[in-house]
Amino acid sequence: MAKMKYPEQIVANIPFCPGCGHGIIVRLMVECVNELGYSDKIVMHQAVGCCSLVGLGLDWEMLVGAHGGGGANATGLKRMLKDTALVIAYQGDGDAYNIGLAETLNAAYRNENITVIAVNNTNFGMTGGQMSWTTLPGQRTTTSVDGRDSKTSGMPIKVPELIANSFDTAYVARGTVTSPAEIRKTKGFIKQGLQNQIDGKGHSLIEILSPCPTNWHSNPITDSLDRIEKELIPFYYPIGELKVKGE
Amino acid sequence: MSKVIVTADLCKQCGYCERHCPKEAISFSSDFNANGFKYAVVDDDKCIACGMCYTTCPDGVFEITQ
Repeated sequence: MAKMKYPEQIVANIPFCPGCGHGIIVRLMVECVNELGYSDKIVMHQAVGCCSLVGLGLDWEMLVGAHGGGGANATGLKRMLKDTALVIAYQGDGDAYNIGLAETLNAAYRNENITVIAVNNTNFGMTGGQMSWTTLPGQRTTTSVDGRDSKTSGMPIKVPELIANSFDTAYVARGTVTSPAEIRKTKGFIKQGLQNQIDGKGHSLIEILSPCPTNWHSNPITDSLDRIEKELIPFYYPIGELKVKGE
Repeated sequence: MSKVIVTADLCKQCGYCERHCPKEAISFSSDFNANGFKYAVVDDDKCIACGMCYTTCPDGVFEITQ
């Protein structure tokens, strides 16, 4: 087995909650960028939410914009920087699919040459676990204390499917971080998304289902990962590549 | 030199490494690290340096040396 060392770009312990999937996803992003040879040519748009914590430990060039502005701000960064740097929009589901839905969809509609990484934990994590559009029917949150009632608040939104089926983008995929195998598949999705940007193919969206033990009020080891495997993936959010341009 | 270097102060005791270790080589300490968590401890005799703990750890606790 080859040696494995945590990437040196992550200079401090990022204060995510114990068992949060963000830590794994940040490491995958850094590894992918390093392997593609862009370790010093990378700009990340950092969204508002739990994603904001990344700036406390990751030594990358970053831009923090208004809540939900990931698609628009990353567009501006990419059009300015052109081929000199990779641009990643790192967002949560509350940022990309609720507050920034217009920006996310318009960036995909224009097929902007950016890579969007959206971390879906089915709630607004940083503000204390409020219901978001990705919350599952029946899920208890601080703003749906009896469980989400889909008769009055609708069904969970599936933005990756929406983009894959509606717009002429390069790549849409959904991964998760529940097991070493899934983590490696997700790393492949992220790398493909970044490679598309290098090749100038256009917009890539990678959604990653992430455990949120704090706001799901669950044990990280057992309940959180099992919830993703048994509830999220089979019934609402199927994983895999949803769209590859040219196939 | 041990196969896995554990940086105890980074550990948040989420237990993903323990769940995914194929050899059940990982357990948690009885004392606490600087942040108040019980940290992961690797049994070098059982460890095969497969790197599953490195892959699943959200906080970069593990470094595989061989």
